[in-house]
Amino acid sequence: MIEVNALTKRYGQRTAIQDLTFHANKGEIVGFLGPNGAGKTTTMRILTGYMPPSEGQGRVAGFDLLTESFQVRKRVGYLPENVPLYPEMTVIQYLDFVAELRQISGRQDRVDEVMEQVRIDHRAESYIGNLSKGLRQRVGLGQALLHKPEVLIMDEPMDGFDPQEQIEVKKLIREIGQAQTVMLSTHILAHAQELCDRVIIIAAGRIVAEDTPERLSAQIAGGGRIHLQVDGDSHGLAEALGQMPGIVAVQPAGKDGRFDIETAPGVDGRAKIAQAVVNGGWSLLELHRDKATLEQIFIELTKNDNGEAPAQPGAAA
Amino acid sequence: MRNIWTIAKREFNQYFVSPAAYVVAFVFLLILGIIFYGQLGGTVVYGGSPQVVQWVFGPFVTLVLFLTPGVTMRLLAEEQRSGTMELLLTAPLREWELVIGKWLAAFAFMAVVIFLTSIYFLITNAFTTPGLDRGTILAAYVGFLFMCAAMLAIGVFTSSLFVNQIAAFFATMGVSLALWLVGFLFQQETGVVADIVNYIDLSGHFYNNFYTGVIDLSDIVYFVSITALFLFLTTRTIESRRWR
Repeated sequence: MIEVNALTKRYGQRTAIQDLTFHANKGEIVGFLGPNGAGKTTTMRILTGYMPPSEGQGRVAGFDLLTESFQVRKRVGYLPENVPLYPEMTVIQYLDFVAELRQISGRQDRVDEVMEQVRIDHRAESYIGNLSKGLRQRVGLGQALLHKPEVLIMDEPMDGFDPQEQIEVKKLIREIGQAQTVMLSTHILAHAQELCDRVIIIAAGRIVAEDTPERLSAQIAGGGRIHLQVDGDSHGLAEALGQMPGIVAVQPAGKDGRFDIETAPGVDGRAKIAQAVVNGGWSLLELHRDKATLEQIFIELTKNDNGEAPAQPGAAA
Repeated sequence: MRNIWTIAKREFNQYFVSPAAYVVAFVFLLILGIIFYGQLGGTVVYGGSPQVVQWVFGPFVTLVLFLTPGVTMRLLAEEQRSGTMELLLTAPLREWELVIGKWLAAFAFMAVVIFLTSIYFLITNAFTTPGLDRGTILAAYVGFLFMCAAMLAIGVFTSSLFVNQIAAFFATMGVSLALWLVGFLFQQETGVVADIVNYIDLSGHFYNNFYTGVIDLSDIVYFVSITALFLFLTTRTIESRRWR
């Protein structure tokens, strides 16, 4: 498990992350979400013992990050964003090297096992330099899994995989996440939504939100948007709907009878709209409500006070 | 300790999958071969006793000054450039184990190249009666290995300072050459400063003793100190990267 308190990291004058406090339990997959330069990589590098924080403290897998870094590193599996591979080694040579470095007993069997797990066994004898991006990512993932880490930390693990591979890797991550602590960063919100039990949103080095993906969606679900499409003539529809209570605005969207309808917070309005459309003599084709996606939450939360996208803090990626 | 072996083994094998090592070994042996052939031919024509130690180690020393940087330049610079440093520093591996492992691999590679030069002694030995003085040759080899150890340590150190291999190459060459030549500054002088500078001078420890077949403990202490100092500095450099 991971437990950090008031983690701060400065690079000279620049503050990359400030006062991060969060935790991740055993058997939990926690997503770390944020725009580029928000401090995700910095945080992960601290958690893996690559570098110490400037301030704050933390425990990973039961050991202190500052004073017991060696013990932490023994128990953490890490897949950095820039997958650390030696292109002139074969897959099996590379994994064997990492296994030796991690002093794994029964090295050969474990390497075989992991190669099967990440489905790279068919390319065991290939030079890493000749592998596609997705295959390299698998080797990197294999490297992180070799020593059966208690805590698995992955920086942008979905990068480089095609959609089919992504499905496989998500399945694998879910499997691992059942028994171990998994923390992964991503800027693709759909991945976080699909994979994570809990999401931490970080912007400009600070945590801006932390909750389950569902509850985060619910947070801004009130005051949603409804899409409506009618067949044929839609003359007068916008005006008619605009006068209904609970409807804030009706905007035509495109030529073929589409409208975007904005409702007041807490109002669903779909039933009434359907009724009004039918009663008014228009032919209803489609009516659906937008579910707030993490995307929207994300944009909402990472906006600054002026309602603009956040300024990049210039933190090292 | 086991980690040193793991790192050294990988790095040593690495030398033989990249063309750089073969180029380095080829250049060494080509140039030494030319010089050896010329010297041997001259001795055969004009007579005299074959000074094989000088024939081989004289040019060899010069070559080493220019070629060890090529052997060490990638060691840590490449790890930092390609991001594999992140793998090593998040593994249960201590900085000094990494540094010594890297140095050991470079040393083992150089030892292989140095060993190949024994062919010149074997050839000359076959042509001379009663044969060459083995003691002198052995002393020269021992001294040479110690000197290479020191130069490789300098190379490992500069490699830790740079992400760029070319920069590491020239920095190593610069430091080695400066150490090699620093004795020139105080050639004719005496005094504490001159003594210190002359002690630091790399070439003095080679030419005055090993080259003439003498093994002096003070020279060994010197080379071991230089090696230890630079490996220590490398370890500190890597440690400091964490804190930056």
